[in-house]
Amino acid sequence: MSADTAKTKSTQEPTRREFLNLTGAAFGAVGTAAVVWPFVSSLNPAADTLAMSSTEVDLSPIEKGQSITVMWRGKPVFIRHRTEAEIEDARSVDMAVLRDKQDDKDRAQKPEWLVMVGVCTHLGCVPLGQKETESKGDFGGWFCPCHGSHYDTSGRIRKGPAPKNLAVPEYEFLSDTTVKIG
Amino acid sequence: MAGGQREKFKNPAVEWIDSRLPVFTLMQKEYGVFPTPKNFNYFWNFGAIAMFMLVTMIVTGITLAMQYTADTALAFDATERIMRDVNYGWLIRYIHMNGASFFFIAVYTHIFRGMYYGSYKQPRELLWILGVVIFLLMMATAFMGYVLPWGQMSYWGATVITNLFSAIPIVGDDIVTLLWGGFSVDNPTLKRFFALHYLLPFVICAVVFLHVWALHVTGSNNPSGVEAKGKQDTLPFHPYYTMKDTFGLVVFITIYAAFVFFLPNALGHPDNYIPANPLVTPAHIVPEWYFLPFYAILRAITFDIGIPFTDIVFIEAKLGGVLAMFGAIVMLLIMPWLDTHPVRSARYRPQFKKLLLVFVFGVFVLGYAGSQPADRVYWQTCIGSEAACAVDDHHGEVAHAAPAGEDHAAEEKAPMVLKVDNTMLAQFFTVYYFLFFLVLLPLLSRKEVALPIPESIHQAVLDKKAAKAADSK
Ligand code: HEM
Ligand code: FES
Repeated sequence: MSADTAKTKSTQEPTRREFLNLTGAAFGAVGTAAVVWPFVSSLNPAADTLAMSSTEVDLSPIEKGQSITVMWRGKPVFIRHRTEAEIEDARSVDMAVLRDKQDDKDRAQKPEWLVMVGVCTHLGCVPLGQKETESKGDFGGWFCPCHGSHYDTSGRIRKGPAPKNLAVPEYEFLSDTTVKIG
Repeated sequence: MAGGQREKFKNPAVEWIDSRLPVFTLMQKEYGVFPTPKNFNYFWNFGAIAMFMLVTMIVTGITLAMQYTADTALAFDATERIMRDVNYGWLIRYIHMNGASFFFIAVYTHIFRGMYYGSYKQPRELLWILGVVIFLLMMATAFMGYVLPWGQMSYWGATVITNLFSAIPIVGDDIVTLLWGGFSVDNPTLKRFFALHYLLPFVICAVVFLHVWALHVTGSNNPSGVEAKGKQDTLPFHPYYTMKDTFGLVVFITIYAAFVFFLPNALGHPDNYIPANPLVTPAHIVPEWYFLPFYAILRAITFDIGIPFTDIVFIEAKLGGVLAMFGAIVMLLIMPWLDTHPVRSARYRPQFKKLLLVFVFGVFVLGYAGSQPADRVYWQTCIGSEAACAVDDHHGEVAHAAPAGEDHAAEEKAPMVLKVDNTMLAQFFTVYYFLFFLVLLPLLSRKEVALPIPESIHQAVLDKKAAKAADSK
């Protein structure tokens, strides 16, 4: 048997057995993957979870300088009616100091309305700063108490462990005072 | 195990079974006459104690599962119903809840025993690795169990820990969505956690079986670290160690019961009696105590790793923290190859012994650091005007207590503040943690001159007796 294998190796010609083993293994692997796929896929968001994914919000009751938090896809979304000073603050920042470089103009469709997912990009806590009485951090925006991330008035990360700016969801103004998130 | 030279049992029923399936022969061999080093101390009780805890968790867990409902709308109330309405529900839940803590106490002690007496060394490497696998499975099980009552800490603990995976480059976010089955920790997450929390303990049982099997191949290590060489070194497991294990177990259970009955919530966090609220993060998230040292290591990495003074970053702080945390466990896995010193027991390795005890101290400090807010300031002094610094001394806010990564920015300011905060404390002992494994152990393996080791276990016992006799005179 071993003499046989030595011979086939030296002639470099694949034997019928080697061919069958290889194709057998390849089919086996594809078959296993095909069986595993539905099981892994079943763990991803289901159709009804995906279907719940847009929310309409009436903005008319929100005064300048006020914020509200709404639920979208099980997460808080921060909507802030920014003051002139806050917009000015956000727009005058030197890009070089930003960890995740993004212009405020690319973060807010209308400068006075900042719409962001209120989930810290570090490990997912909800940052403080929505309420008048809460700490807004060193940059006047939001402060995540979990591990100390500071966000500015554009929701950009300025200090602390979070790697990214607060995410801006897809949203669209249906009218001047209604916004659809998602 | 082979049927051939089986000795007959007197009891005919036992004999009838054993001649067909030799389970009694097996038990007799592995737990009856099994030759066990005669010099065990009480550290050798914790394997049996851990086994007892595993059984306790499964029995209480299954009874809880009969009353529990894994649904975000119902889970918190189901747990409260267990506490208030189910007969002895409070008892079963408190046994399970504190059982997790006591299981970890037993296992941590068991691991320490292995480190101190060199039980991870050749030929027990695989036995040790199986132990670390059990430890990992236990952490996964306990983490998912803690989510089930669906309190604030359940929810936010789950959020923070699952978000760790988002640190993985490129596919991180997809993995997190896959773990959640949605866009945040929610109903699909709770349901799969329950399914896995039910399953994993049985996987642990299987790995425990392999662990014990490997143990019975190599035989036990012992406090002298010298292998048993013959009959004069060992005792039959029964009745000597069945007795010693039972005694230790009873002491352990007494303390455990004291917690269950008199301090049932001492080891938990009160916020977990507030129903989960996805809109409000508790001011101070802490994991269960048994995860604290690893949590401190996670938080210690507050800086990006890259080329200084450029924007080039290889490892973001977040990924760095995750790698360090998992790395801390990988250190245990590869310990048999980091410490290759021929002498096992720390008894005969004075330098190893000291460094190991400092390591254990460091793990306790890390545990403490993990329980404190990241920016808590322990000590600070002011160089320059006192008044300017005074403002900082207020924990929670600590506006200028920059994470250590940005210290250089703070130093440029006029009044210089020198301080030690919680992050720095954690960083210091994180460095020691890795230094111990990656530098000190390999170094000692080559340099440390051990004390003379006894010729045999028997000799070690005699030496000890002689020393005692000399002492009492
Ligand atoms: C390795 C063994 C196990 C560990 C370390 C463990 C750990 C935990 C922990 C820490 C909790 C949270 C307790 C609380 O704060 O309320 C928990 C809850 C729970 N566990 Fe386990 N568990 C284990 C085995 C099991 C098993 C085998 C089952 C069987 C199905 C089970 C069923 C449950 C149930 C239903 C809950 C929710 C009720 C409650 O919170 O008390 N556990 N587990
Ligand atoms: S989750 Fe916000 S700083 Fe860690």
